[in-house]
Amino acid sequence: MSGHSEPFITKYLFSHDHKMISRQFLITGTIMAFIGMIMSLLFRLQLAWPGESFSILNVFLGDKWAPGGVLDPNMYLALVTIHGTIMVFFLLTAGLSGTFANLLIPLQIGARDMASGFLNMLSYWFFFGSSVVMIASLFVESGPAAGGWTVYPPLSAVPEAMPGSGAGMTLWLVSMSLFIISSLLGGLNYIVTIINLRTKGMNMTRLPLTVWALFVTAIIGVLSFPVLFAAALLLIFDRSFGTSFYLSDIYIAGEALDRTGGSPLLYHHLFWFLGHPEVYIIILPAFGIASEVISCNARKPIFGYRAMIGSILAIGFLSFIVWGHHMYVSGMNPFIGSVFVFTTLLIAIPSAVKAFNYLTTLWKGSIRFTPAMMFAIAMVSTFITGGVTGIILADAALDINLHDTYFVVAHFHIVMGLSAVMAMFAGVYHWFPKMWGRMLNKKLGYLHFWITFICAYGVFFPQHFQGLAGVPRRYYTYSEFPLFDGLQDISILVTLFAIVGGLAQFIFAFNFVYSMFRGPRAPQNPWGANSLEWTTPVEHIHGNWVGDLPVVHRWAYDYSKPGKEHDFVPQTVPLEEGEVDGEGH
Amino acid sequence: MAGEVTKNIDQKTLWEGGRSPFSVSYGKMMMWFFLISDALTFGSLLASLGFMKHKYVDVWPISEQVFTHFPFTHAHLPLMYVAFMTFILIISSVTMVLAVEAGHRMDRKGVTFWLFLTVVGGAIFVGSQAWEWMTFIAGPDGDISTWADNATLTQNYYGRGFTAELPVLGPVQYSQFFFFVTGFHGTHVLSGVIINLIILLGVIKGKYEKVGHYEMVEKVGLYWHFVDLVWVFVFTFYYLV
Repeated sequence: MSGHSEPFITKYLFSHDHKMISRQFLITGTIMAFIGMIMSLLFRLQLAWPGESFSILNVFLGDKWAPGGVLDPNMYLALVTIHGTIMVFFLLTAGLSGTFANLLIPLQIGARDMASGFLNMLSYWFFFGSSVVMIASLFVESGPAAGGWTVYPPLSAVPEAMPGSGAGMTLWLVSMSLFIISSLLGGLNYIVTIINLRTKGMNMTRLPLTVWALFVTAIIGVLSFPVLFAAALLLIFDRSFGTSFYLSDIYIAGEALDRTGGSPLLYHHLFWFLGHPEVYIIILPAFGIASEVISCNARKPIFGYRAMIGSILAIGFLSFIVWGHHMYVSGMNPFIGSVFVFTTLLIAIPSAVKAFNYLTTLWKGSIRFTPAMMFAIAMVSTFITGGVTGIILADAALDINLHDTYFVVAHFHIVMGLSAVMAMFAGVYHWFPKMWGRMLNKKLGYLHFWITFICAYGVFFPQHFQGLAGVPRRYYTYSEFPLFDGLQDISILVTLFAIVGGLAQFIFAFNFVYSMFRGPRAPQNPWGANSLEWTTPVEHIHGNWVGDLPVVHRWAYDYSKPGKEHDFVPQTVPLEEGEVDGEGH
Repeated sequence: MAGEVTKNIDQKTLWEGGRSPFSVSYGKMMMWFFLISDALTFGSLLASLGFMKHKYVDVWPISEQVFTHFPFTHAHLPLMYVAFMTFILIISSVTMVLAVEAGHRMDRKGVTFWLFLTVVGGAIFVGSQAWEWMTFIAGPDGDISTWADNATLTQNYYGRGFTAELPVLGPVQYSQFFFFVTGFHGTHVLSGVIINLIILLGVIKGKYEKVGHYEMVEKVGLYWHFVDLVWVFVFTFYYLV
């Protein structure tokens, strides 16, 4: 069973072992995240000091895209596009779900591995291929895709529309096709593993909330990515085979294009039918991680376990009937708009249930402020801040004013970007001992946390005010609009926070790599947690448990249970005579 | 078989862990979820078709007036050819059921026979579709280009209420969706035929006899039925409605 004699290639590269695949996802996702982050810093320089020369831009982008150190407008659009794509799909979809679904599903349900290790390996390698193609698209002559991460036609459908619409856009589509395959293979595996491979006693209401969240995430992914796939297929036909599903009345340099009768709105509908569930694909795993970390470190059972499950399911369902709120300004019938307002506002209910449950879990807990806990609480904070502006934007009457302004940028960066990233950090700090058998440095963790947290708000909170003042997103410069002159200082402040916050991530990277090799050895159960992953040997073995699989006797949240010797009772401990399992203790 | 075992277990125990709650292997369940996913792809394509039909609600061609010919005849037989294709495909689903049933009895000869017929049925469907693609076009009498050029992915000469004497141009999206949707489905059928063929070779070689069960036939059977079911929807929404 031991992996010592295994050759390098099957142990580290083409491994079928879920723990290795999880680490592969984490490392690839992190590298992509750093690339995406550096891109954002580059275009933030232009936004703060438009037209000024920075030698660092020249270093990264060369003479072609930053002549004399001034960012080329086309490259600005490309950076914004690829930053969004990388962060949404590569970090927060594959990086987050891929890492924690792979690590936690088998370990927390008591399975030896995923249902199909082979498909799981393929899922990672399709993701890897997708990442490589996306990075490669940065280096084509005409530049990477530049029409925004939503790749709306006609910019994405007519290769000659703008420089990024050519080879860059083609590679974007190739990359996303690989990505969709990866996500499908992964998702099928996660769903089936959770249904089929739970160990004895692990019924659905004893599952840790992480597993519940990852389960619903996988279902949403399996239902929504095929719609993006269909949209992408039609787009490929419009690009390459002369059809006009999305095209009508296009003029390039005064010349009418020979494509008529299609509708770009068709693409909008298809894209957002994926696009909205996609944000829940991102946030649900974050909820799961936060539930686990907060309950464990507050030394209290999670408040409202069944309500948490119910709200995960409700969010999963509602996510499919709200896509129209991205399209209020598309000429939609106002009545239909008001229906989408209603469904969108409904999502606030399960979301609020979750937020209140986190707060009530913390209430009167004996909180241990580990770095993971700090990040988990930060996640609750950012989720509430961003969620409140979500309610504003859900309202069509307000959204028509705020659409495509920095208010929207601030909203989604805080509510799904920051929240998911904070939860991902929480997850990494919490489960690092499980992943690498060593502990992360706590002091560096706190340092990383405080700089990240303050800078995160520093970057995104002021953008609300820019947005309210009407500053549109995606513009290369605002110097042509005297009305925004007074807001330029906000841009500078934002960029400064972004730079400091960006640099802080190198503290994390150092801590991560150093601790991987030199960190102190992890004890068996460093956080005193109940769930099954802490009963496996610290040194990874194939099959996870030596001997028989553990048998589960209780839910995962028996913290500080009265009359117990310790303040935690692992799930494998049998119930005592007369003891009630679950919430009814 | 599996059904009898589960009869005596109550619902709660099924989900207690340590077993598959639906008493199915992970592979079969994965196939089910894959099919759900694929259904969403087809669903969004058909929804897109509906979107476009709605946009051109007054001028969208009526398929009954477009698909009127039948190979080797000059008769006016609206939708008869596609009905024939549909019939073949549904029959191939029946033979697939019989192959799966023979697999349950571990009857290798039966599986071989019925799976072979399924492959033949699928091949006839794909072949017929190829013919339709080549000649959907050829004018009402099956003659080449009596009144207009061929319809292609980017050209459509069929409008609402056209006849050979009175050609009316329709929206080009009509032929685009025709080739795209039937092509996407045809790709599924083709891949199904190829997969069935591979499994058939395995059956002939006795691979599944060695494994001890014909579950692989069941899994590709699920896929095959799905592809047939989807065709019913494509047929309904493209040709009939």
